[in-house]
Amino acid sequence: MSKTELPDDRSADQWAGLRRLTPARIALGRAGVSVTTARHLDFQIAHAQARTAVHSALDVDRLRQDLGTEGQDALQVCSQAPDRATYLQRPDLGRLLAPRTYEMLQSHRPDHQPDVAIVLADGLSALATQTSAPPFLAALWPLIRAAGLSPAPLVIATQARVAIGDEIAQALGARMALVLIGERPGLSAADSLGLYLTWAPRVGSTDADRNCISNIRPGGLGADDAAHRAIYLLREAARLKLSGVDLKDRTETIAAPPAPGALS
Amino acid sequence: MPGFRYSLGGETFRFDDLRTLLARATPLRSGDQLAGLAAGTEVERVAAQVALADLPLRVFLSETVVPYEKDEVSRLILDNHDAAAFALVAHMTVGDLRDFLLSDAADSAMLTALAPGLTPEMVAALSKICRVQDLILIAQKCRVVTRFRNTIGLEKRLSTRLQPNHPTDDARGIAASIFDGLMYGSGDAVIGINPASDNVATLIDLLHMLDAVIAENEIPTQSCVLAHVTTTLQAIEQGAPVDLTFQSIAGTEAANKSFGISLALLAEAHQATLALNRGTLGQNVMYFETGQGSALSAGAHHGVDQQTLEARAYGVARAFDPLLVNTVVGFIGPEYLFDGRQIIRAGLEDHFCGKLLGVPMGCDICYTNHAEADQNDMDILLTLLGAAGINFIMGIPGSDDVMLNYQTTSFHDALYARRVLGLRPAPEFEAWLDRIGIMAADGTFAPNPLPPGELSHTVLRLGRA
Repeated sequence: MSKTELPDDRSADQWAGLRRLTPARIALGRAGVSVTTARHLDFQIAHAQARTAVHSALDVDRLRQDLGTEGQDALQVCSQAPDRATYLQRPDLGRLLAPRTYEMLQSHRPDHQPDVAIVLADGLSALATQTSAPPFLAALWPLIRAAGLSPAPLVIATQARVAIGDEIAQALGARMALVLIGERPGLSAADSLGLYLTWAPRVGSTDADRNCISNIRPGGLGADDAAHRAIYLLREAARLKLSGVDLKDRTETIAAPPAPGALS
Repeated sequence: MPGFRYSLGGETFRFDDLRTLLARATPLRSGDQLAGLAAGTEVERVAAQVALADLPLRVFLSETVVPYEKDEVSRLILDNHDAAAFALVAHMTVGDLRDFLLSDAADSAMLTALAPGLTPEMVAALSKICRVQDLILIAQKCRVVTRFRNTIGLEKRLSTRLQPNHPTDDARGIAASIFDGLMYGSGDAVIGINPASDNVATLIDLLHMLDAVIAENEIPTQSCVLAHVTTTLQAIEQGAPVDLTFQSIAGTEAANKSFGISLALLAEAHQATLALNRGTLGQNVMYFETGQGSALSAGAHHGVDQQTLEARAYGVARAFDPLLVNTVVGFIGPEYLFDGRQIIRAGLEDHFCGKLLGVPMGCDICYTNHAEADQNDMDILLTLLGAAGINFIMGIPGSDDVMLNYQTTSFHDALYARRVLGLRPAPEFEAWLDRIGIMAADGTFAPNPLPPGELSHTVLRLGRA
């Protein structure tokens, strides 16, 4: 039986202390120069969970239930990506509404121009939208009402990328799009939700036009904190009539940026 | 240019121009399909490869894939072309060049002399008619050696970038990962942090922390915080200890513009970093990252395939004498490189093209969780790149980047490659590891289970700060 080379007791204390300082996989020990069986399999578990999050479908009925009243009235749309395999290879299709959806949304356009269209999108982790969106919205609704902002009907979008919110907001006649979308799962978090705010959204808006809050999840940025940051962005965007780089420059660092290229 | 034609199996294929020929000849990848540039059939792809093999290299000096007038990268490539170096192969076709580079006549010294005579488009074309073993065999003969506080890229050496990222840039958490990495002998290419924020104050704090770790322990390596070049320039103005200036670069002017950079800005940063004069063995002060698909992602690909544009990014890099250039090959996602097979081929192409152009290539051997790839694919690419003589790879705790949410090579992976392939760290760093008691320079690459006291002292102090 091979002997696993691990730090001795003296250094084990030191390593335990360091391990508390970072979520990174430090002080793993080794077998020879390689990763031990236990740590290797830990990694495989995390990867399998992340892969499952990428490929799982959003349970829309359950999401409606979890969202309460607003969920019952939510409108449901799909992108032009018919399945997950297409979605992953054709981000352009994930940004476009399926045929005739635009007209359906237009028929739900409120009489008075709404301030914000809120879109719940599956993105790269339906798990994140499923679990992290309901508590976030529960925290955000009262803040939206207190700010005097009028919301368009809530929209649930599947096989969707961030930019699908532009077309949705356009169809609903909203001044702003607020897209909540499952972020690309990492090994340590498969349930992380991203938020993208766009002022005057239109087909062709780019990432430079958006503001982002990342890592919204129980173990990351909590629902209440995220909702307060979101309402700050919404109020500032409405006041300054802009979003994106120019708005970002006027705020403190809001949260860690999204992984580049992951969601656009 | 009247276009290119090739008949195969009773079918005639027509390729309108050089960029179309290059795109159709490219081994299949999702990004070219996304851009609508990929060959429609396997037969069309091979027809394009045959036509490409017959193409005289001189054509690449008269026909551009992105117009000279419209693109400063095209101008850089052609204006800096070394006709004297090119003379050796000026009479050859792309196919002739492959045969010549595979021949024993093409040795390391000859390849070094040839590099300034080759353009990115020439080496991209060449790569498209090479199999994996050609990409390895030819690259393995190229030697690109760079220096700052140590020597990187020597034969049978493999260096690592210690990447101690933390989701909130917490200095203590970063210090913990640095300590862990050093104990595995990682960090001779650079200790390089991807910051979560692009805030100049955070950048300066991190630079001072890295400077303390390196200076107090006399580690023969260099530091870098991979912020935007404009942020690093601000830090330099404020007197921060900048060893290397980092920037992501791409192969077209428009893609670089989307990154907020130009060649003039890179030149300014290069000069500002040189002026700090912090290198002890050499003055290679730039660190660049690239990756196939970045131009398409920015809507700035001009109908050129992603692999050719990637080679053009190396054309940008070599103008600034970098210490390190690495292709972040699997980071961009499956819409550009769909699976392990495409990522592996792309990583080898990138290393091959960069080395032939005289660029000190490393590779972030990596994947995201939405790509069809896993650790096995990374093991294959790591082993192949080690055989190909790659200058450096990444080193991260347990392969898991907890800030950028992707998987790259671990500290353990580098030790595996060193052991299996007999690859040693940079000589100055190897001597330091031996002297301080982390890893004996006896060829076993086995780390000491006990951290040396002095190093622990620094890191634990930073860990409490």
